[in-house]
Amino acid sequence: MHGSLTAVATLAWRNLWRNHRRTLIMLMAIAIGVWAMIFMSALMRGMTDQMVRNGLHTLPGEVQIHHREYRSDPSVVNSMEPPSGALLQALEGPPIAAWSSRVRVPAVIASERSTRGVTLLGVDPAAEGPLGSLPDEIIQGRFLKDADDRGVVIGASLARRLETRLGKRVVIMSQDPDNNVADRGTRVVGIYRARLSGTEDRFVYAGRTVIQGMLRIDNLVSEVALTADDYRHVSAWYPRIEAAAGDELEVMPWTELDTFLGTMLGVQDGFALIFMVVVFLALSFGLVNTLVMAVFERVREIGLMQALGMRPGLIMAQILLESLYLLCLGLLLGNVLALVTIKPLEAGIDISSVAQGMEMMGMGATLYPVLSVWDMGMSTAVVVILGLLASLTPAWRAARLDPVAALNET
Amino acid sequence: MSSISCKDLCKTFRQGEEVITGLDHVCLDIEEGAFVCLSGPSGSGKTTLLNAMGGLDTPDSGEIIVGEQRVDQLDKAELADMRLHHIGFVFQAYNLIPVLSARENVEFVMQVQGVPARQRRQQAQQVLNEVGLTGLESRLPAEMSGGQQQRVAVARAIANQPALVLADEPTANLDTRSAAHLMDLFVTLNRERGITFVISTHDVRVMAYARRLISMRDGMIVGDEHQEPRVMAVE
Repeated sequence: MHGSLTAVATLAWRNLWRNHRRTLIMLMAIAIGVWAMIFMSALMRGMTDQMVRNGLHTLPGEVQIHHREYRSDPSVVNSMEPPSGALLQALEGPPIAAWSSRVRVPAVIASERSTRGVTLLGVDPAAEGPLGSLPDEIIQGRFLKDADDRGVVIGASLARRLETRLGKRVVIMSQDPDNNVADRGTRVVGIYRARLSGTEDRFVYAGRTVIQGMLRIDNLVSEVALTADDYRHVSAWYPRIEAAAGDELEVMPWTELDTFLGTMLGVQDGFALIFMVVVFLALSFGLVNTLVMAVFERVREIGLMQALGMRPGLIMAQILLESLYLLCLGLLLGNVLALVTIKPLEAGIDISSVAQGMEMMGMGATLYPVLSVWDMGMSTAVVVILGLLASLTPAWRAARLDPVAALNET
Repeated sequence: MSSISCKDLCKTFRQGEEVITGLDHVCLDIEEGAFVCLSGPSGSGKTTLLNAMGGLDTPDSGEIIVGEQRVDQLDKAELADMRLHHIGFVFQAYNLIPVLSARENVEFVMQVQGVPARQRRQQAQQVLNEVGLTGLESRLPAEMSGGQQQRVAVARAIANQPALVLADEPTANLDTRSAAHLMDLFVTLNRERGITFVISTHDVRVMAYARRLISMRDGMIVGDEHQEPRVMAVE
């Protein structure tokens, strides 16, 4: 069997190069098809990645811990104790890269001229920094110094809407646990810019201790946000945090906190697969045509091999091997082409001309293509599996040739 | 394995509306080590009979026994195995694999048989020497003359040491000198190795080498005579 396969493999390889031009054209077609599959997937993955990261930035964190009622009623009544004991131990150990506890309540902010509904975040800047949940850029003033900072930091868009500016006084209002109005006048100490203007309108940052005092909740917090090394692997570690948190608290990964965001990865993979299959279907016509021509041109030779005692299965294997060689070479070229063209673009593609439209999808003005081994693997699998399936018909026809008729073919 | 027995073989072909008789109740016994020529005009059924004996074509009725095996009852894979291990074929149009060198063409059948590389190479070189192609082992078919190509085809047919060689008009595309050399080679192989040869031809010069001459017409055997070969192999 080994000898037969070696003979067939040698024949398949040499036959592939009998018609150089045809083989090279088909190789180029496969390579460009594979490149297109990987390139488009890299762009789509870049978009998805950015949407998810922006979403996680807004959430923030890959996992959040809340009071069990907080998600249905995110008021100060449903606050929780800050982490301690087993939960604190779990949060301080690997793979947790950073965590922060914060107060997060719905509030109203009023300037001299306007009033807006916002989400008030009482944060500890030292803990929020590693979590990556601080504003992208402070364009005026400064960010909060610590949890006791008495100022507020608002977004540039919100500042415009409130018709206020750096150094001006604003009033923030919310409710304390007894449903009384809790408010305090404060000064705008910083104005931030975010990737999404919606974020600038929504979030107002203040010192955690100051907000806890305003709301009269001692050291209670609304949520604990935590992050590890890669948002894709969250399901591997969050059950440990869940176990440490106990039944009193609700521990949820980002995929459940924001179900739209959570389905993005699956949708992206699905779209990529569909795109790959569509591209390959177009390619498969060329591939099948190449193989049909190759069989058609070698009918006599196939008849001869049958006459010499080659079993139909080996004839079929020879044609399939020819196809496999062609596909593998095309894949190699396509992957190299993708690597060479995508790597330099990973620094970012400026899409500011369509930034407003992209922002609606949760993206910024720069697109960062992501070259993924998974996409390369998926395109390889699609090309090899579908390619061999498409090659089955010509291979089957070759194996079914009648040796006498084939030998008499002129 | 080398004795052939055909009983009441019939085979018809359809060509449009017309039914052509390929074999018409052919009965024939060929003994082991024979050197037989099938003669007759084109369309007389020589090739059809050879193809049936070699398991390339199946008769409509009748039975063929090659050695101990009922060839007409074997399936495709079994027929392929029988051809691979027991029968050598030489065709009119050389029929070499164009992408393989002379040696690789000879080795091909042995490779499919699973003969180890070293033994294969030795055997291929030996038969190539035997057919007078020493020094041309690395040439591709396109780089050889018709006579040389036919010798490669013969070398391939005998390399796996078959008991039976079926040759269909092997000299049809060769000049007189190359044809004589080829027939000399057949006679020598028949005499020295005891290989049974069944050769279809309508060339009287080829018939002169045969010890038994079977004449066919319209799918029937119309003559079967034993003769003293009028031409002997050149030593």
